[in-house]
Formats: sequence, C-alpha cells, structure tokens
Amino acid sequence: MFEKTLAELAQGLNNGDYSSVELTDAYLNRIKAEDGQYNSYITVTEEQALAQAKAADETRAAGNAGPFTGLPIAHKDIFCTEGVRTSCGSRMLDNFISPYNATVIEKFNQAGAVSLGKTNMDEFAMGSSNESSFYGAVKNPWNTECVPGGSSGGSAAAVAARLAPAATGTDTGGSIRQPAALCGITGLKPTYGRVSRFGMIAFASSLDQGGPMTRSAEDAAMMMNVMGGFDGRDSTSLQMDSEDYCADLSKPLDGLKIGLPKEYFSDDLNPAIAQQVQAAIKEYEALGATTQEISLPNTALAVPAYYIIAPAEASSNLSRFDGVRYGYRCESPVDLEDLYKRSRGEGFGAEVKRRIMVGTYALSEGFYDAYYKKAQQIRRLIKQDFVDALSQVDVIMGPTTPHPAFKIGEKTSDPIDMYMEDIFTLSLNLAGLPGMSVPCGQTNGLPVGLQIIGNYFAERQLLNVAHRFQQATDWHHLSPVSAGK
Amino acid sequence: MSLDRSDVEKIAHLARLQIDEADIPEYTQNLSNILDLVDQMQAVDTSSVEPMDHPTDAVQRLRIDEVSEENQRDKLQSVSPAVDLGLFQVPKVIE
Repeated sequence: MFEKTLAELAQGLNNGDYSSVELTDAYLNRIKAEDGQYNSYITVTEEQALAQAKAADETRAAGNAGPFTGLPIAHKDIFCTEGVRTSCGSRMLDNFISPYNATVIEKFNQAGAVSLGKTNMDEFAMGSSNESSFYGAVKNPWNTECVPGGSSGGSAAAVAARLAPAATGTDTGGSIRQPAALCGITGLKPTYGRVSRFGMIAFASSLDQGGPMTRSAEDAAMMMNVMGGFDGRDSTSLQMDSEDYCADLSKPLDGLKIGLPKEYFSDDLNPAIAQQVQAAIKEYEALGATTQEISLPNTALAVPAYYIIAPAEASSNLSRFDGVRYGYRCESPVDLEDLYKRSRGEGFGAEVKRRIMVGTYALSEGFYDAYYKKAQQIRRLIKQDFVDALSQVDVIMGPTTPHPAFKIGEKTSDPIDMYMEDIFTLSLNLAGLPGMSVPCGQTNGLPVGLQIIGNYFAERQLLNVAHRFQQATDWHHLSPVSAGK
Repeated sequence: MSLDRSDVEKIAHLARLQIDEADIPEYTQNLSNILDLVDQMQAVDTSSVEPMDHPTDAVQRLRIDEVSEENQRDKLQSVSPAVDLGLFQVPKVIE
C-alpha cells in the first residue's frame, strides 16, 4: 500500500480494495512508527484526518466520489489550515491556530482529500536544507545524516519515506524542486500565479508559488487539477480557464526540441550529477527528442539579483509579525518599541533575521536604486534569456541541483555557501516560469534530479515530458524503503 | 560593501529587531558577505533596461466595489496575544 502512487490508490479506493479510513489509518500508524527518525511532520492531525476519511467513504458510498475523494496527503506548514496550528516552521507562529483556510487547503477539502498533517520546513521558507526550522532539522530518508533540501524538506522527506503518498510545497527560489531532487521525488513549480497564494504565508510575493510534490508526474497532474485555478482572493492569480493537467500526459515526444544551457553544464558541475543528467537526456533522445546547446548568458546574476529581491519583499511581508495582532509576543514589554523589537528578535531565527536585515538595508533611503531597482533590471535580463531560448526550443533541461544531498551542518556556517545550492532553480522564480524536478539517477545512494523548464503556462507539456520519461525509466519508483534504508 | 557594527545596529533598529550584543559581529560579517555577493550586479550596464516587478508584467486587477467579506473580528482576534473589547492591547503610547 505504501509503495502505491496517488493514481494507484485512487484505483484501489474505486475497486473497494480498501476504504479511505483504512488507508488513512495505515498512514497515520506508519507516521507514528517511523517519523521519529525523519522529523518530517510538525503536526499530525489524526482526528481531523479520520473524520475526513469517514466523510470521503460516505461520499463514495453515495456514488458521488471524484478523482481525489479519500486520498490522504500532507500539507507544508505554510498553508493556513483552520483550527490547526500553522507555524511556518517558526517560533513566531508556534501558537498560531489559523482561523481560516488557505485556498489550496479549501480546494483539497472540497475535492474530498484527507489531510494527514502539516510538514516541517525551513523557517518562513527561508533555507535550502530544512535546518532553519524551529522544530529541528528534517533528515533525508536516503541517508539520515544528510539534509532533505529545503524549504519544503518535510514534504519531500515524507513522500520519499512513504509517510504520505503526496504533499503540497511552495517554491520561492527552488523550495519544491531542490528538496524533490535531493529526496528522489517529483516536484512541480507552476507558472507564477497558477496556484493561489491566499492563506499561503508570504515570503517573497512576486516569487512565491505553490505546487505538488509527488511520486510521479501523473500524480503531480492529479494534484494540479485540484490546486490550480483562478482565485479572486489572490490579487496576482492568473485569470485563465482551469484546465485538465492530465490531458496530455501520454502524448508522444517525437520531435520535442530540448535546449541544454551551456552555463548549466560547466566544468564546475559535480561529475556524478553531470553523468546522470546526460544519461537522462540520452533517454529523451531515444524517446524521439532532439537536443541543442543554448545559452542563458545571465545565469550567474540570478543569485545576486535573487538575494536582493527576495529579502526586500520578505522584510516588507514579515513586518506584519509585530507581537500585536497574532503570533509570538515577548514577556512584559516596557513600551511599544520594546514590544516590537523583542517579539521579533525572540520570535524569528537567525536566517530570517539576516534576510529581513538585508532587505531593510536594500530598501533604505539612498540605496534603493543601487540594489532593488538594479536587481529588478537584472531580473528582466534573466527573463529575456529564457524568452529567447524558449523561442528556439520546447523545453530546457539540466541538473536541478549542483550536488546531491549534503551533510546536516555542512553548510550552516556560511549563508552564501547555502545560497549557491539554488543556482539552477531560482532563475525560474525570477522569470516566473514553470519547472519540474524528476528523479533521474543516483550517486552513492543519493538521488539526482533532472530539472525540466518550460514556457509560461506550459505545465501540461512539462508533465507530459516528465511522464513519458517515467514510463521509460524506474528512477521514480526507487524508495529508501524498498532500498532497505 | 563592508558594513560596521553601527550599520548593523541601525538596520536592526529600522527592522525593529532586537539583536543580541554577542551576535552583532557575526551578523556584520554575514551581511557584508551577502552585500559583496549582490554587488556583482553593479558590473552590468542596465541603464536601458526597464525594471521588472512582476513575472508576467500583469497589472492590478480591479473588481466591482461591493462587500465580499463579512466581519469576522471576534474569530480573527481569537488568536491575538492581548485583546479587550475588540481592541488590540499594547503598552501605553501616549503619556
């Protein structure tokens, strides 16, 4: 049961092989028994999950089941969930029981899904290793001495360790794709605006995007059919008709033009990563695709531009955490300034404080043009690189990450060392483009991810390209559980 | 770009963040390193490039001016640290 994909579990529920209550109960028991070694969940919502499962079984018995009815999933603890603690991995929100649902949560509820609980994450989604969580580091199920990636590290670890069939994540600079790569699962960051940001705690509003983290591309498409779509409560939601993300999954890839950016395959790239990614590209050629070298000349500027834009937006967004309206408040404040400063100083961890300060500095009087405006100009250059490249090719491929999973503690002393982990992923957020990571190999027992980048709104094509690869290969079926870890 | 202790103290004040005295040297070093990294941008001539503030250059969506949300004050204040008579409580601001 634990090795089945969402699509297979949906079939099992339809066939009556098991009920949603049985399925949910099995996962809850497995989480209880196994998650001590991974720390992938912050909160397990056992009671609510069983109530949702019971309701789903009743819906099915009445003949009203939809494709997602009764399927259990986990949610990153960044999505506000009514009546459930929504911590965002921070002491600041350790006491925050959300009084409302994020649109994403609402949509899964309406689809009859079961929520097993809320997954661990880097504090306020700021991190690439899941070590900045107030609730402690998450361990990579392939090697518990290694990080699972971040910031959606709990979601990635839970899916890899078979503690949830699928999970939601969010991606501001790679936070779905990088942990998906390091944990050997499939992750999709949709085009900016596809998935509602309402009730998804904001980090950098022009970059944040929710998406699915799953066992397969087919499951990601099933998740998108629930998650995606216009939402009037999100001012930057894309006003487009909803579409069936499963519709093109099986289309043949004959004639698919794949661009390989020379900047992504430099001599600095880890040889084991390069080898696995090249092998995946060979597989695509066997499936009928052609490849050509392309250039994204401003690739090296993505990290500098990102580390102005994301902290600037974060410093503005996180000013709402003031100890007054909700969240952490310090003991016995002497005056209002003391209340603000100590509530924020004690409520936020070190990485969040660093980014708030970088952003505050970049936006402060006299520095705006040199930093924020400059970064926005660079952002346009990066976007233009992709627009030019995608006028010549259908999709772009490369490694998701420059290395496989690294050791816990290895990169915590130097923030910049950690920032460079996202070199291949964060340019997509700056451009607003969709991208996926799919498992494409292993090195020393650790998974390697292939990143597939598509044009704006081309999620169906990305899912098709990923699905055909998964029909031809077995990498996505490997699990640390079946590998005996 | 190198910051010194007083810069970090000023930034922390602007951000209303209390920073422990003992942590200031490390923050000073971290922030200086991050600013060195982002300074790579300065080498690029962007004088003719329009700043990009939205991925798809979308404009603010407008809607009809009608009530769309009901008042949920009590529910939303149920998670507040200190509330009295529907008002958020803070230390005295005016003497």
